[in-house]
Amino acid sequence: MQTVKLSFKIRGSDFVNAGEASSNTKKALSRIGLSPSVVKRAAIAMYEAELNAMIHADGGQADVEIFPDHVIISITDHGPGIPDVDLAMQAGWSTAPDIAREMGFGAGMGLPNIKKQADDLKIETKVGQGTTLTIKILFA
Amino acid sequence: MNLSECVKLLAARVLVQASDMDMDIKVACGADLMSDVMAFACSSNEMMLTGLVNPQTIRTAEMMDVKVVVFVRGKIPDASVLKLAEEKDICVMTTKLPMFSACGVLYGAGILGKGE
Repeated sequence: MQTVKLSFKIRGSDFVNAGEASSNTKKALSRIGLSPSVVKRAAIAMYEAELNAMIHADGGQADVEIFPDHVIISITDHGPGIPDVDLAMQAGWSTAPDIAREMGFGAGMGLPNIKKQADDLKIETKVGQGTTLTIKILFA
Repeated sequence: MNLSECVKLLAARVLVQASDMDMDIKVACGADLMSDVMAFACSSNEMMLTGLVNPQTIRTAEMMDVKVVVFVRGKIPDASVLKLAEEKDICVMTTKLPMFSACGVLYGAGILGKGE
């Protein structure tokens, strides 16, 4: 199988269309015949990261590379960065605005849930410059 | 229990038909916080009950492989949300029952929660 690459733009504060990148990725992963549980883990992790970029960073970019035995999902934004990653990884800690909470998010579960779903999670962040999350999901 | 029986039990009005209204529903979850649905209700919930009527309820259902969304407390989402549900092949219905009662009716009829 050749490596498949997908790229998506994530628009800031777009609560209507947020999730479309994850939806398209989920379809692409389903199409190659992966087990539903693997597809679901990838979809949940990417959706949480996509929402974070939409809510906290005025959008960003999603890049997906599908290899024969794993997928790498990178979500990059040029938002405020995460001043304290350890704190951000604590369940329940959140800086989400009210609009995100009204939409049913912002409970401080995003990053911990991404970590839970992923086989590997790398967080590169600089205050004032932005954040890149690199999520790896193994297929077996 | 099949989906049509769930509709009757909840006295629900179907807003977006399922491709199979006889699909078997074994597991459900109820939440207004989509963060919790994704973090805690992650295993094979075929049905989600919620009072939150925005597009992200449908997006969350899609990611979680939820096949049916029940809006409680008589809530009806706007047309764009219903259109999105149609595109994602997610059945949508509304019941006048509040969340507690709707979950209770289904649980009493044998539908279980995650891990039960």
